[in-house]
Amino acid sequence: MELVCPAGNLPSLKAAVDNGADSVYVGFKDDTNARHFAGLNFTDRTFEKAVSYARDKGRKIFVAINTYPQPKGFERWQKAVDQAAEFGVNALILADMGVMDYAAERWPELNLHLSVQGSVTSAEGIRFYHENFGIRRVVLPRVLSVNQVAHVITESPVPVEVFGFGSLCVMVEGRCLLSSYATGRSPNTYGACSPASHVRWEETGDGTNTRLNGVLIDHYGEGEKAGYPTLCKGRFQVGDNTFYALEEPTSLNTLSILPKLREIGVSAIKVEGRQRSPAYVGHVTAVMRAAIDECMKNPHGYRPKEQWMRKLATVSEGSQTTLGAYHRPWQ
Amino acid sequence: MMKLSLGPIQYFWEREHVLDFYQQAADSPAEIIYLGEVICSKRRLVKFEDWLAIGNELKQSGKEVILSSLTLLEAASEMSSLKKLCANDSFMVEANDISAVQLLSSAGKSFVTGPSFNIYNGRSLQLLAGKGLKRWVLPVELGLDTLKDLQGLRPDGVETEVFALGRLPLAYSARCYTARSHNLPKDDCQFKCIDYPDGRMLETQEKQEFLVLNGIQTQSALTHQVLDQVPELAGLGVDVLRISPQNHGTMEILNIFNKSINNNTIDNLGEELLEFIPNGVCNGYLVEKAGMDYGTRQTA
Repeated sequence: MELVCPAGNLPSLKAAVDNGADSVYVGFKDDTNARHFAGLNFTDRTFEKAVSYARDKGRKIFVAINTYPQPKGFERWQKAVDQAAEFGVNALILADMGVMDYAAERWPELNLHLSVQGSVTSAEGIRFYHENFGIRRVVLPRVLSVNQVAHVITESPVPVEVFGFGSLCVMVEGRCLLSSYATGRSPNTYGACSPASHVRWEETGDGTNTRLNGVLIDHYGEGEKAGYPTLCKGRFQVGDNTFYALEEPTSLNTLSILPKLREIGVSAIKVEGRQRSPAYVGHVTAVMRAAIDECMKNPHGYRPKEQWMRKLATVSEGSQTTLGAYHRPWQ
Repeated sequence: MMKLSLGPIQYFWEREHVLDFYQQAADSPAEIIYLGEVICSKRRLVKFEDWLAIGNELKQSGKEVILSSLTLLEAASEMSSLKKLCANDSFMVEANDISAVQLLSSAGKSFVTGPSFNIYNGRSLQLLAGKGLKRWVLPVELGLDTLKDLQGLRPDGVETEVFALGRLPLAYSARCYTARSHNLPKDDCQFKCIDYPDGRMLETQEKQEFLVLNGIQTQSALTHQVLDQVPELAGLGVDVLRISPQNHGTMEILNIFNKSINNNTIDNLGEELLEFIPNGVCNGYLVEKAGMDYGTRQTA
């Protein structure tokens, strides 16, 4: 199983490579990728350095161009595809069918991966992208149970990559508009969810309110640690109960099911977090590297080590982790 | 002249309620009627054969009938149902997922794409037209500026439909939120959705009505409505306006939109419409703002 790690800047890319990532995925400094955050991502100059650093160490580099262009600005996505291709990257991670069509026509030799933002959950869907654009890999949304992933793999015409660690989207990616409903900006259109530009932290008499474009996402009492107001991870009221109605602030962690993922034929494990720090990338990459190596060496005797779990918990949202949709009762 | 369509029922309704609803719809101004379960495969009070029977009756009343496919496919059994749906010889299918497009296009069948199917640019639209796309619904988060551009890039023979009234389909999950709100897992949901024929309200801690839980789907609490923009949409060459079914007042809403289209006016109709809206209106997406906003488009 290939380990695919995130990098939002050059120090993160080095941290990923130095700690054992097989592949690193990056994005350009604009809205062509789904982590379009201030101060993040690669310019022409840093991208060149990134490519040569990864290449010198024998690792692969992927470029995520995984938002959905509208007619105005479509050429920005074409330019991103061309730029990545001209640098000879190992693959593009694309979501939009129009961008995919352009890339397949203009750069027929280039490896194309279908991004998680492509929102494909079935082998039939994968077949569409394989037959029409010759994709070589698909990244599955975080909505399938392990058995469902296994089923897709048996029928998929291309290798399957799944998420192994990081912030958890609880909605099927590529078809979640909660963020643009509240702010006008979504992962699809703008490359960001619950964008920082619309966040407000507000001290109240009895704690802290977090708001997204004015909408109260959560209220934290005195002494309670206030989290970032990601829309689907706030506390809301339904009926008489105030609770995390959609999902708790928690991260996905698949260490406990790595042997299962190996057994069902998962080809690559992805770590989420291009927006996170180089320290995060380094820590998570090192743990995942050790775990995957251990799992491949001794799948039947493999147990996640406590120190790995502790290390990952420290970089998780709300310091807690979950198996998410992989584990049926979560659903 | 723009036509009206009646979108698929998003909620889990009692069987009798569904049958009554389509009896009324047969006499309504909706010319196109989308039928079928698009949210949850466990909702089986109306079966595939029932949908075909309802479709045949509506067809006899002169309606164009389309069968809508499930939006989020997970289980193998859902794929089997989808294959059966796509293999039907009676009606065209609305693809709400790429799997349906693949099945239909490889069988050489024409299709419609629904509001949660991602078509954001001309290249996607043209590609799908080559695969058999006959009508597409503008993704709900796109606005008039993009619609205008896309209308200019639209291939011949493809109709454009706009989601014109209803709670917005915003997200789909593996998790069932209605079950979760009752502290139940999805596998033992006890069909709680049946108690919420317009979905279950989610409020902020300040009592702002924000979202609506509808099984695995999350909707807007506010009803998106584009009545103010009807003349503009007609001017842009939009072919169809979609009314999304709600528990009460859907036929009245169809009549209001029908008046608006026929008279190319919105005079006083907005006030009349409000009577049938459960929790307030929004139109932000269409006027290039946050979806929950309501207003007019700012011209640059």
